[in-house]
Amino acid sequence: MNQNIMIVGVGGQGSLLASKMLGHVVMQAGYDVKVSEVHGMSQRGGSVVTYVKYSDQKVWSPVINEGEADIIISFELLEATRWVSFLKKDGTLVVNDQQIAPMPVIMGTAQYPEDVAGKLRGLGVNLKLFDALHLAEKAGNAKATNVVLMGAVANAMDFPEEMWQKALEECVPPKFLDLNRKAFALGRSQK
Amino acid sequence: MKQLLLGNEAVARGLYEAGCGVVSSYPGTPSTEITECAAKYEEIYAEWAPNEKVAMEVALGAAIGGRRAFCGMKHVGVNVAADPLFTASYSGVNAGLVIGVADDPGMHSSQNEQDSRHYAASAKVPMLEPADSEDSCTYAKLAFELSEKFDTPVMLRMSTRISHSQSLVEIGERQELPLKEYQKNPAKYVMMPAFAKPKHVVVEKRTEALREYAETAPINQIFWGDTKIGVIAAGSTYMYAREVLGDKASYLKLGMVNPLPVRLIQDFAAKVDTLYVIEELDDVIETHCRKIGVKVIGKDLFPWIGEFSQKLIAEKLFGKAEDTYTFPETVPMRPPVLCAGCPHRGLFYVLNQLKVMVSGDIGCYTLGASAPLSAMDTTICMGASISGLHGFNIARGEESAAKSVAVIGDSTFIHSGITGLIDISYNQGISTVIVLDNSITGMTGHQQNPTTGYTLKGDPTAKVSIEKVCNAVGINRVRVVDPYNLEETRKAIEEELAVKEPSVIISRRPCALLKYVKHNPPLKIDTERCRGCKVCLKMGCPAISVVNGKAVIDDTLCVGCGVCTELCRFGAIGKGAETK
Repeated sequence: MNQNIMIVGVGGQGSLLASKMLGHVVMQAGYDVKVSEVHGMSQRGGSVVTYVKYSDQKVWSPVINEGEADIIISFELLEATRWVSFLKKDGTLVVNDQQIAPMPVIMGTAQYPEDVAGKLRGLGVNLKLFDALHLAEKAGNAKATNVVLMGAVANAMDFPEEMWQKALEECVPPKFLDLNRKAFALGRSQK
Repeated sequence: MKQLLLGNEAVARGLYEAGCGVVSSYPGTPSTEITECAAKYEEIYAEWAPNEKVAMEVALGAAIGGRRAFCGMKHVGVNVAADPLFTASYSGVNAGLVIGVADDPGMHSSQNEQDSRHYAASAKVPMLEPADSEDSCTYAKLAFELSEKFDTPVMLRMSTRISHSQSLVEIGERQELPLKEYQKNPAKYVMMPAFAKPKHVVVEKRTEALREYAETAPINQIFWGDTKIGVIAAGSTYMYAREVLGDKASYLKLGMVNPLPVRLIQDFAAKVDTLYVIEELDDVIETHCRKIGVKVIGKDLFPWIGEFSQKLIAEKLFGKAEDTYTFPETVPMRPPVLCAGCPHRGLFYVLNQLKVMVSGDIGCYTLGASAPLSAMDTTICMGASISGLHGFNIARGEESAAKSVAVIGDSTFIHSGITGLIDISYNQGISTVIVLDNSITGMTGHQQNPTTGYTLKGDPTAKVSIEKVCNAVGINRVRVVDPYNLEETRKAIEEELAVKEPSVIISRRPCALLKYVKHNPPLKIDTERCRGCKVCLKMGCPAISVVNGKAVIDDTLCVGCGVCTELCRFGAIGKGAETK
């Protein structure tokens, strides 16, 4: 059993917390795990990617290549298009329906693609698209978008709810725990 | 107990367990977290030094003084620290000295792709290269043992993938070590010719002994699989190869990449049919193999440039390409940008408008080179903005000095900008230098530095005054501007460019990401006043775009800095309360 999960988005959206949570869950389940992150320059509003790989055997490479991801969690619509080639043919793409224009689009030197969801579905991708930002605001803070997304991803994985809750406790400051539990539950409600 | 640790965290854990007592480093991606994590252990004295040369000298001094010591840096930091490194190889140590260096194949966050293994070879010091977090912890501990056993500094070579990947690490106890006795010994520690000559003999003998150690070193491991294919690799490339080839190959995993073993490689080569050397960047292992008469396939097949992956190795060996999803349109690039509210933005906007030559430097502000700000002509290395501008203006004369500036961050100024400024002052240059003081070392993720008033451990300390440093080295014209105030900033730059003496402008405002910086509510566009002229886009703020002919502010990004309100000629951008 090997699982390859990618978390992609725009620097500053909170993907490091998401991968930390996932790492905690996988460890509780007793798997070998590797998590590969991006630090430094590309964090400043650039395209960022985190790889999480786990297995009941040893995990060798910390990175995921084209066609190898079982699940891709995209915090932003355009980033889903950038990384879709990394998805396995029977993989799942979980996408936050939020658009953040990159600088070339703001400058008018490039176009933000239209009807991204339609085009992704046209490829035959198993797409789960929903407005995680809106749900995070409903839970009390837009910054909890990452946790909403993890709630949705939990549906596509086999780990028991207690493990996710324990990971939340480990990864989130106590004063934000209630808010994040609510955000996680709202993500979980996305079937 | 096993913990999930970043490679850099695991190095820090190894330092702790090895009884390391002193850490001195300069931050640099991807090495920074080693020192940040080491600083969390109360038992370790840890500091940020002004630059890598100082850091290495502090660590060497501590090792001579009898405490196990470490200094960490990125690959280009070794260029700065090379001077003490090469002679520390001669003097050797007392307690162990380990130098952590993190290479950046693929240049995720660097200005070049140099291979630090050459430094270990030319300084004649051993170098270990871990392949995951577990290795990172155990090799850090082994490095101290080797340092003391062979009386040499030991380099620990990390790379972006190892430094910034988490994997499981078996946690151990700290070994408490007594302070080693220090004995005055000029023949060992005073490296003048009379003592250095015999020391060079010692170094060559030591290299022979280390080569012999490499033959049986427990971290140079053979894993037998099918012998049709043999692979020699180290670090992350070993992991990639193992993922691709599994049991279909045999592996010689080199945990020690300098010096390299001879018989071990020859014996391994004799038992496999086809032997590949898979190494990122330069052909260090391959060249060694050829030198000892072992036939290998290396750089004929694998690239000299960039980061490897399992896919790259699979394609080079088998030429197979996976059938993958392809998005049917060109996907726009998303380059990194200066953050919303970044104090550097106002300054670079003004520089762009003034059309001056900008001699740049290393930091977040290097992003000022990108469109639409496009306000940077050169970026070479830490500190080169100031000295490079001086040379540029000597070559091109007074007129050039009236149309050019250097830009350098606060931490970079302390690192190696001051010496360049002294050169301008001493040699009667008239260049204008702008210090971008955002009260933190930004790009590497908010490290304290000598100008911030806090130490690495968070303790308050004396602040180095940039103004006073400039005055002290002979710069009489020193002034401070707020880069959020475009008019004030423009006026100051024009005035200083006009005078025929050297000047320093300090563009001062804290980084917008600092926790103590209070943000204003997001600004609003008055859509009736907005003409869609797009002037506000010229400063490259990620929070502003134009949709359907009107400016739009993304209120999840906007921090209300107000710089855009100074650009708008129609008063269309205002506080939420002012416009409806």
